[in-house]
Amino acid sequence: MKRLLLNTLLLPVAAFSTGLLLVSLLFPSVALAADAEFTLVIKDHKFQPTEITVPSGKKIRLRIENQDATPEEFESNVLNREKVIAGNGKATLYIGPLEPGRYKFFGEFNKDTAYGEIVVQ
Amino acid sequence: MFATAIIVFREVLEAAIIIGILAAATRNIPGSKRWLAAGLLAGLIGSGVVAGFTDVIGEFASGMGQELFNAIVLSLAVMMLAWHNIWMSSHGAALAANAKSLGRNISDGTSECSALLVIVGLAVLREGSETVLFLYGIAASDNGNQSSMLLGGMTGLLAGVVVGYTVFAGLLRIPMRWFFSITGLLVLLLAAGMASQTAHYLIQADLLPSLATPLWDTSALLPESGLPGMLLHSLVGYDSRPAGMQLVFYLTALIAIVTGMRWAGAQRQSAKATKQPG
Repeated sequence: MKRLLLNTLLLPVAAFSTGLLLVSLLFPSVALAADAEFTLVIKDHKFQPTEITVPSGKKIRLRIENQDATPEEFESNVLNREKVIAGNGKATLYIGPLEPGRYKFFGEFNKDTAYGEIVVQ
Repeated sequence: MFATAIIVFREVLEAAIIIGILAAATRNIPGSKRWLAAGLLAGLIGSGVVAGFTDVIGEFASGMGQELFNAIVLSLAVMMLAWHNIWMSSHGAALAANAKSLGRNISDGTSECSALLVIVGLAVLREGSETVLFLYGIAASDNGNQSSMLLGGMTGLLAGVVVGYTVFAGLLRIPMRWFFSITGLLVLLLAAGMASQTAHYLIQADLLPSLATPLWDTSALLPESGLPGMLLHSLVGYDSRPAGMQLVFYLTALIAIVTGMRWAGAQRQSAKATKQPG
Protein backbone atom coordinates (compact mmCIF):
# COMPACT_ATOMS: atom_id res chain seq x y z
CA MET A 1 0.00 0.00 0.00
CA LYS A 2 2.71 2.40 1.03
CA ARG A 3 4.72 1.55 -2.02
CA LEU A 4 1.74 2.10 -4.24
CA LEU A 5 1.28 5.56 -2.75
CA LEU A 6 4.95 6.36 -3.24
CA ASN A 7 4.80 5.23 -6.83
CA THR A 8 1.74 7.34 -7.54
CA LEU A 9 3.64 10.27 -6.07
CA LEU A 10 6.67 9.75 -8.29
CA LEU A 11 4.79 8.93 -11.46
CA PRO A 12 3.46 12.45 -12.18
CA VAL A 13 6.93 13.87 -11.58
CA ALA A 14 8.42 11.43 -14.07
CA ALA A 15 5.65 12.05 -16.58
CA PHE A 16 6.03 15.80 -16.24
CA SER A 17 9.77 15.88 -16.82
CA THR A 18 9.53 13.47 -19.75
CA GLY A 19 6.81 15.68 -21.22
CA LEU A 20 8.94 18.76 -20.73
CA LEU A 21 11.84 17.18 -22.59
CA LEU A 22 9.59 15.98 -25.41
CA VAL A 23 8.07 19.42 -25.88
CA SER A 24 11.48 21.03 -25.94
CA LEU A 25 12.62 18.41 -28.47
CA LEU A 26 9.72 19.22 -30.77
CA PHE A 27 10.12 22.99 -30.68
CA PRO A 28 13.84 23.65 -30.51
CA SER A 29 13.94 25.79 -33.62
CA VAL A 30 11.48 28.48 -32.55
CA ALA A 31 14.10 30.73 -31.02
CA LEU A 32 16.96 29.87 -33.37
CA ALA A 33 16.29 32.36 -36.14
CA ALA A 34 16.79 35.44 -33.98
CA ASP A 35 20.08 34.41 -32.38
CA ALA A 36 23.49 35.53 -33.58
CA GLU A 37 25.60 32.57 -34.73
CA PHE A 38 29.38 32.18 -34.58
CA THR A 39 31.63 29.31 -35.59
CA LEU A 40 34.88 27.98 -34.14
CA VAL A 41 37.01 25.33 -35.81
CA ILE A 42 39.34 22.94 -34.01
CA LYS A 43 42.33 21.82 -36.05
CA ASP A 44 45.61 20.31 -34.83
CA HIS A 45 44.34 20.79 -31.25
CA LYS A 46 43.97 24.55 -31.77
CA PHE A 47 40.95 26.81 -32.02
CA GLN A 48 40.51 28.87 -35.18
CA PRO A 49 40.03 31.78 -34.85
CA THR A 50 41.49 32.19 -31.38
CA GLU A 51 39.42 35.30 -30.82
CA ILE A 52 35.84 36.05 -31.83
CA THR A 53 33.94 39.27 -31.24
CA VAL A 54 30.26 38.99 -30.39
CA PRO A 55 27.57 41.55 -29.49
CA SER A 56 26.69 42.11 -25.83
CA GLY A 57 23.22 41.58 -24.36
CA LYS A 58 22.35 38.91 -26.92
CA LYS A 59 22.08 35.18 -26.77
CA ILE A 60 24.84 33.65 -28.94
CA ARG A 61 24.64 30.38 -30.81
CA LEU A 62 28.15 28.96 -30.95
CA ARG A 63 28.95 26.26 -33.48
CA ILE A 64 32.14 24.28 -33.01
CA GLU A 65 33.56 22.07 -35.72
CA ASN A 66 36.21 19.57 -34.72
CA GLN A 67 38.40 18.71 -37.72
CA ASP A 68 40.76 16.56 -35.64
CA ALA A 69 40.27 12.81 -35.42
CA THR A 70 40.34 12.93 -31.61
CA PRO A 71 37.57 14.27 -29.36
CA GLU A 72 37.86 17.63 -27.62
CA GLU A 73 35.99 19.30 -24.80
CA PHE A 74 35.14 22.96 -25.22
CA GLU A 75 35.28 24.48 -21.76
CA SER A 76 35.04 27.91 -20.24
CA ASN A 77 35.01 28.62 -16.53
CA VAL A 78 33.94 32.22 -17.03
CA LEU A 79 31.07 31.22 -19.28
CA ASN A 80 30.21 28.17 -17.16
CA ARG A 81 30.11 25.94 -20.22
CA GLU A 82 31.55 22.57 -21.18
CA LYS A 83 30.77 20.34 -24.10
CA VAL A 84 32.46 17.34 -25.67
CA ILE A 85 32.88 17.38 -29.43
CA ALA A 86 33.54 14.02 -31.07
CA GLY A 87 36.48 13.57 -33.43
CA ASN A 88 35.48 14.98 -36.84
CA GLY A 89 32.21 16.08 -35.22
CA LYS A 90 30.19 19.24 -34.82
CA ALA A 91 28.51 20.74 -31.78
CA THR A 92 26.28 23.67 -30.99
CA LEU A 93 25.83 25.44 -27.70
CA TYR A 94 24.32 28.64 -26.39
CA ILE A 95 26.03 31.34 -24.37
CA GLY A 96 24.88 34.67 -23.02
CA PRO A 97 23.35 37.20 -23.00
CA LEU A 98 26.71 38.58 -21.83
CA GLU A 99 28.09 41.82 -20.43
CA PRO A 100 30.90 43.46 -22.45
CA GLY A 101 34.29 41.96 -21.59
CA ARG A 102 36.73 39.20 -22.48
CA TYR A 103 35.80 35.59 -21.82
CA LYS A 104 38.44 32.89 -22.00
CA PHE A 105 37.78 29.37 -23.21
CA PHE A 106 39.98 26.32 -23.75
CA GLY A 107 40.01 22.73 -24.93
CA GLU A 108 40.10 20.62 -21.81
CA PHE A 109 41.66 17.63 -23.56
CA ASN A 110 44.51 19.69 -25.07
CA LYS A 111 44.93 22.60 -22.69
CA ASP A 112 48.48 23.43 -23.84
CA THR A 113 47.53 24.31 -27.40
CA ALA A 114 43.76 24.79 -27.52
CA TYR A 115 42.58 28.11 -26.09
CA GLY A 116 41.00 31.36 -27.11
CA GLU A 117 38.85 34.28 -26.08
CA ILE A 118 35.38 35.56 -26.80
CA VAL A 119 35.31 39.35 -26.86
CA VAL A 120 31.91 40.80 -26.04
CA GLN A 121 31.30 44.36 -27.22
CA MET B 1 50.98 13.73 -16.76
CA PHE B 2 49.85 15.94 -13.90
CA ALA B 3 47.25 17.69 -16.07
CA THR B 4 45.92 14.30 -17.19
CA ALA B 5 45.65 13.13 -13.59
CA ILE B 6 43.60 16.20 -12.68
CA ILE B 7 41.18 15.81 -15.58
CA VAL B 8 40.52 12.15 -14.82
CA PHE B 9 40.30 12.86 -11.09
CA ARG B 10 37.65 15.52 -11.73
CA GLU B 11 35.55 13.13 -13.80
CA VAL B 12 35.88 10.22 -11.39
CA LEU B 13 35.33 12.28 -8.23
CA GLU B 14 31.61 12.84 -8.60
CA ALA B 15 30.75 9.21 -9.28
CA ALA B 16 33.10 8.08 -6.48
CA ILE B 17 31.44 10.40 -3.95
CA ILE B 18 27.96 9.25 -4.95
CA ILE B 19 28.97 5.60 -4.61
CA GLY B 20 30.70 6.29 -1.26
CA ILE B 21 27.61 7.98 0.20
CA LEU B 22 25.19 5.34 -1.10
CA ALA B 23 27.36 2.44 0.01
CA ALA B 24 27.35 3.89 3.52
CA ALA B 25 23.66 4.85 3.52
CA THR B 26 22.55 1.36 2.53
CA ARG B 27 25.02 -0.64 4.57
CA ASN B 28 22.26 -2.45 6.47
CA ILE B 29 20.21 -3.45 3.47
CA PRO B 30 21.02 -7.08 2.73
CA GLY B 31 22.81 -7.51 -0.60
CA SER B 32 23.20 -3.78 -1.24
CA LYS B 33 26.92 -4.13 -1.98
CA ARG B 34 26.25 -6.61 -4.74
CA TRP B 35 23.73 -4.24 -6.33
CA LEU B 36 26.18 -1.35 -6.09
CA ALA B 37 28.86 -3.44 -7.78
CA ALA B 38 26.42 -4.44 -10.52
CA GLY B 39 25.55 -0.76 -11.02
CA LEU B 40 29.24 0.10 -11.29
CA LEU B 41 29.81 -2.62 -13.86
CA ALA B 42 26.75 -1.62 -15.90
CA GLY B 43 27.89 2.01 -15.76
CA LEU B 44 31.39 1.14 -16.98
CA ILE B 45 30.05 -0.87 -19.91
CA GLY B 46 27.58 1.93 -20.67
CA SER B 47 30.42 4.50 -20.61
CA GLY B 48 32.20 2.69 -23.40
CA VAL B 49 29.02 2.48 -25.45
CA VAL B 50 28.11 6.16 -24.91
CA ALA B 51 31.68 7.25 -25.71
CA GLY B 52 31.56 5.24 -28.93
CA PHE B 53 28.31 6.91 -29.96
CA THR B 54 29.28 10.47 -28.96
CA ASP B 55 28.95 11.80 -32.49
CA VAL B 56 25.54 10.14 -32.97
CA ILE B 57 24.24 11.49 -29.64
CA GLY B 58 25.72 14.91 -30.38
CA GLU B 59 24.00 15.27 -33.75
CA PHE B 60 20.63 14.40 -32.28
CA ALA B 61 18.10 17.21 -31.63
CA SER B 62 19.89 19.70 -33.91
CA GLY B 63 23.23 19.44 -32.13
CA MET B 64 21.79 19.48 -28.62
CA GLY B 65 21.78 15.72 -28.09
CA GLN B 66 24.59 15.77 -25.54
CA GLU B 67 22.83 18.31 -23.34
CA LEU B 68 19.53 16.43 -23.60
CA PHE B 69 21.24 13.14 -22.84
CA ASN B 70 22.90 14.61 -19.76
CA ALA B 71 19.67 16.30 -18.65
CA ILE B 72 17.72 13.04 -18.98
CA VAL B 73 20.37 11.01 -17.15
CA LEU B 74 20.57 13.59 -14.37
CA SER B 75 16.82 13.95 -13.90
CA LEU B 76 16.47 10.17 -13.74
CA ALA B 77 19.18 10.11 -11.07
CA VAL B 78 17.38 12.88 -9.14
CA MET B 79 14.17 10.85 -9.16
CA MET B 80 15.96 7.71 -8.01
CA LEU B 81 17.75 9.58 -5.21
CA ALA B 82 14.41 11.11 -4.17
CA TRP B 83 12.84 7.66 -4.15
CA HIS B 84 15.76 6.33 -2.11
CA ASN B 85 15.45 9.05 0.52
CA ILE B 86 11.66 8.75 0.80
CA TRP B 87 12.03 4.98 1.12
CA MET B 88 14.64 5.47 3.84
CA SER B 89 12.34 7.75 5.84
CA SER B 90 9.77 4.98 6.08
CA HIS B 91 12.30 2.18 6.66
CA GLY B 92 15.09 3.97 8.51
CA ALA B 93 13.93 2.79 11.93
CA ALA B 94 13.78 -0.82 10.76
CA LEU B 95 17.26 -0.50 9.29
CA ALA B 96 18.69 1.00 12.47
CA ALA B 97 17.24 -1.95 14.40
CA ASN B 98 18.65 -4.23 11.75
CA ALA B 99 22.14 -3.03 12.64
CA LYS B 100 21.82 -5.08 15.81
CA SER B 101 20.24 -8.17 14.30
CA LEU B 102 22.08 -8.54 11.03
CA GLY B 103 20.54 -10.48 8.20
CA ARG B 104 16.92 -9.72 9.03
CA ASN B 105 15.03 -9.12 5.87
CA ILE B 106 13.57 -5.75 5.09
CA SER B 107 10.39 -5.76 3.06
CA ASP B 108 10.74 -3.95 -0.24
CA GLY B 109 14.50 -4.35 -0.09
CA THR B 110 14.75 -5.52 -3.68
CA SER B 111 13.07 -2.48 -5.22
CA GLU B 112 15.28 -0.24 -3.12
CA CYS B 113 18.36 -2.11 -4.33
CA SER B 114 17.35 -1.83 -7.97
CA ALA B 115 17.11 1.94 -7.44
CA LEU B 116 20.71 1.78 -6.14
CA LEU B 117 21.83 -0.03 -9.27
CA VAL B 118 20.25 2.63 -11.47
CA ILE B 119 21.72 5.58 -9.53
CA VAL B 120 25.25 4.17 -9.53
CA GLY B 121 24.96 3.06 -13.15
CA LEU B 122 23.85 6.52 -14.28
CA ALA B 123 26.53 8.33 -12.26
CA VAL B 124 29.29 6.15 -13.68
CA LEU B 125 27.84 6.33 -17.18
CA ARG B 126 27.81 10.13 -17.28
CA GLU B 127 31.24 10.77 -15.84
CA GLY B 128 32.80 7.62 -17.26
CA SER B 129 31.98 8.28 -20.90
CA GLU B 130 33.94 11.55 -20.82
CA THR B 131 36.90 9.81 -19.22
CA VAL B 132 36.81 7.09 -21.87
CA LEU B 133 36.77 9.74 -24.62
CA PHE B 134 39.64 11.61 -23.05
CA LEU B 135 41.78 8.52 -22.61
CA TYR B 136 40.91 7.40 -26.13
CA GLY B 137 42.11 10.78 -27.37
CA ILE B 138 45.45 10.24 -25.65
CA ALA B 139 45.83 6.72 -26.96
CA ALA B 140 45.01 7.82 -30.52
CA SER B 141 47.31 10.85 -30.53
CA ASP B 142 50.90 10.52 -31.67
CA ASN B 143 52.71 13.00 -29.45
CA GLY B 144 55.02 10.37 -28.00
CA ASN B 145 54.23 10.64 -24.30
CA GLN B 146 51.13 8.47 -24.17
CA SER B 147 52.49 6.18 -21.48
CA SER B 148 53.16 9.05 -19.09
CA MET B 149 49.71 10.47 -19.78
CA LEU B 150 48.03 7.11 -19.29
CA LEU B 151 49.93 6.80 -16.02
CA GLY B 152 48.51 10.20 -15.10
CA GLY B 153 45.03 8.95 -15.96
CA MET B 154 45.49 5.95 -13.68
CA THR B 155 46.74 8.24 -10.88
CA GLY B 156 43.65 10.44 -11.25
CA LEU B 157 41.39 7.40 -11.22
CA LEU B 158 43.05 6.03 -8.12
CA ALA B 159 42.86 9.41 -6.33
CA GLY B 160 39.12 9.61 -7.11
CA VAL B 161 38.53 6.12 -5.74
CA VAL B 162 40.48 7.03 -2.58
CA VAL B 163 38.23 10.06 -1.98
CA GLY B 164 35.11 7.95 -2.53
CA TYR B 165 36.37 5.33 -0.09
CA THR B 166 37.29 8.03 2.46
CA VAL B 167 33.73 9.38 2.28
CA PHE B 168 32.41 5.84 2.81
CA ALA B 169 34.75 5.01 5.71
CA GLY B 170 34.19 8.42 7.31
CA LEU B 171 30.42 8.04 7.23
CA LEU B 172 30.63 4.60 8.85
CA ARG B 173 32.28 6.20 11.90
CA ILE B 174 29.19 8.27 12.58
CA PRO B 175 27.20 6.94 15.56
CA MET B 176 24.00 5.10 14.62
CA ARG B 177 21.89 7.78 16.33
CA TRP B 178 22.94 10.40 13.78
CA PHE B 179 23.76 8.11 10.90
CA PHE B 180 20.53 8.09 8.90
CA SER B 181 19.88 11.81 9.37
CA ILE B 182 23.34 12.62 8.01
CA THR B 183 23.32 10.21 5.08
CA GLY B 184 19.76 11.35 4.32
CA LEU B 185 20.87 14.96 4.24
CA LEU B 186 23.84 14.11 1.98
CA VAL B 187 21.63 12.24 -0.48
CA LEU B 188 19.15 15.15 -0.42
CA LEU B 189 21.88 17.66 -1.31
CA LEU B 190 23.29 15.32 -3.99
CA ALA B 191 19.85 15.19 -5.61
CA ALA B 192 19.35 18.97 -5.42
CA GLY B 193 22.80 19.53 -6.93
CA MET B 194 21.95 17.21 -9.81
CA ALA B 195 18.66 19.03 -10.38
CA SER B 196 20.65 22.27 -10.67
CA GLN B 197 22.99 20.60 -13.19
CA THR B 198 19.96 19.43 -15.18
CA ALA B 199 18.86 23.07 -15.49
CA HIS B 200 22.42 24.00 -16.48
CA TYR B 201 22.38 21.61 -19.46
CA LEU B 202 18.89 22.67 -20.56
CA ILE B 203 20.02 26.33 -20.51
CA GLN B 204 23.14 25.47 -22.53
CA ALA B 205 20.83 23.83 -25.09
CA ASP B 206 18.56 26.89 -25.04
CA LEU B 207 15.59 24.82 -23.87
CA LEU B 208 15.20 26.84 -20.68
CA PRO B 209 15.68 30.55 -19.98
CA SER B 210 18.64 31.26 -17.70
CA LEU B 211 16.73 33.92 -15.65
CA ALA B 212 20.00 35.54 -14.57
CA THR B 213 23.56 34.83 -15.77
CA PRO B 214 25.26 34.56 -13.44
CA LEU B 215 23.19 34.94 -10.30
CA TRP B 216 26.39 35.41 -8.33
CA ASP B 217 30.10 35.05 -9.00
CA THR B 218 32.21 33.44 -6.28
CA SER B 219 34.83 32.10 -8.70
CA ALA B 220 37.53 34.33 -7.21
CA LEU B 221 36.70 33.18 -3.69
CA LEU B 222 36.02 29.51 -4.26
CA PRO B 223 36.81 28.42 -7.83
CA GLU B 224 35.42 25.12 -9.07
CA SER B 225 38.82 24.29 -10.53
CA GLY B 226 40.28 24.08 -7.00
CA LEU B 227 39.90 21.04 -4.79
CA PRO B 228 37.48 22.57 -2.21
CA GLY B 229 35.23 23.91 -4.97
CA MET B 230 35.43 20.57 -6.79
CA LEU B 231 34.44 18.65 -3.67
CA LEU B 232 31.61 21.05 -2.86
CA HIS B 233 30.39 20.80 -6.45
CA SER B 234 30.17 17.02 -6.19
CA LEU B 235 28.74 16.98 -2.67
CA VAL B 236 26.17 19.78 -2.61
CA GLY B 237 26.05 20.99 -6.22
CA TYR B 238 28.12 24.14 -5.63
CA ASP B 239 28.40 26.36 -8.71
CA SER B 240 30.58 29.47 -8.68
CA ARG B 241 28.56 31.14 -11.47
CA PRO B 242 25.06 29.69 -11.43
CA ALA B 243 22.15 30.81 -13.56
CA GLY B 244 18.98 31.85 -11.73
CA MET B 245 17.12 28.86 -13.16
CA GLN B 246 19.63 26.50 -11.54
CA LEU B 247 18.71 27.83 -8.12
CA VAL B 248 15.01 27.41 -8.95
CA PHE B 249 15.64 23.74 -9.82
CA TYR B 250 17.84 23.25 -6.76
CA LEU B 251 15.24 24.58 -4.34
CA THR B 252 12.32 22.83 -6.07
CA ALA B 253 14.05 19.45 -5.77
CA LEU B 254 14.99 20.17 -2.16
CA ILE B 255 11.44 21.10 -1.13
CA ALA B 256 9.81 18.26 -3.11
CA ILE B 257 12.05 15.59 -1.57
CA VAL B 258 11.77 16.94 1.98
CA THR B 259 7.97 17.01 1.60
CA GLY B 260 8.03 13.40 0.38
CA MET B 261 10.24 12.34 3.29
CA ARG B 262 8.02 14.08 5.86
CA TRP B 263 4.97 12.48 4.34
CA ALA B 264 6.52 9.00 4.36
CA GLY B 265 7.68 9.52 7.95
CA ALA B 266 4.15 10.54 8.99
CA GLN B 267 2.73 7.44 7.27
CA ARG B 268 5.07 5.24 9.29
CA GLN B 269 4.12 6.97 12.52
CA SER B 270 0.40 6.52 11.90
CA ALA B 271 0.91 2.89 10.85
CA LYS B 272 2.75 2.29 14.10
CA ALA B 273 -0.03 4.01 16.08
CA THR B 274 -2.74 1.77 14.61
CA LYS B 275 -0.65 -1.36 15.21
CA GLN B 276 -0.03 -0.65 18.87
CA PRO B 277 -3.08 1.07 20.37
CA GLY B 278 -2.60 2.74 23.76
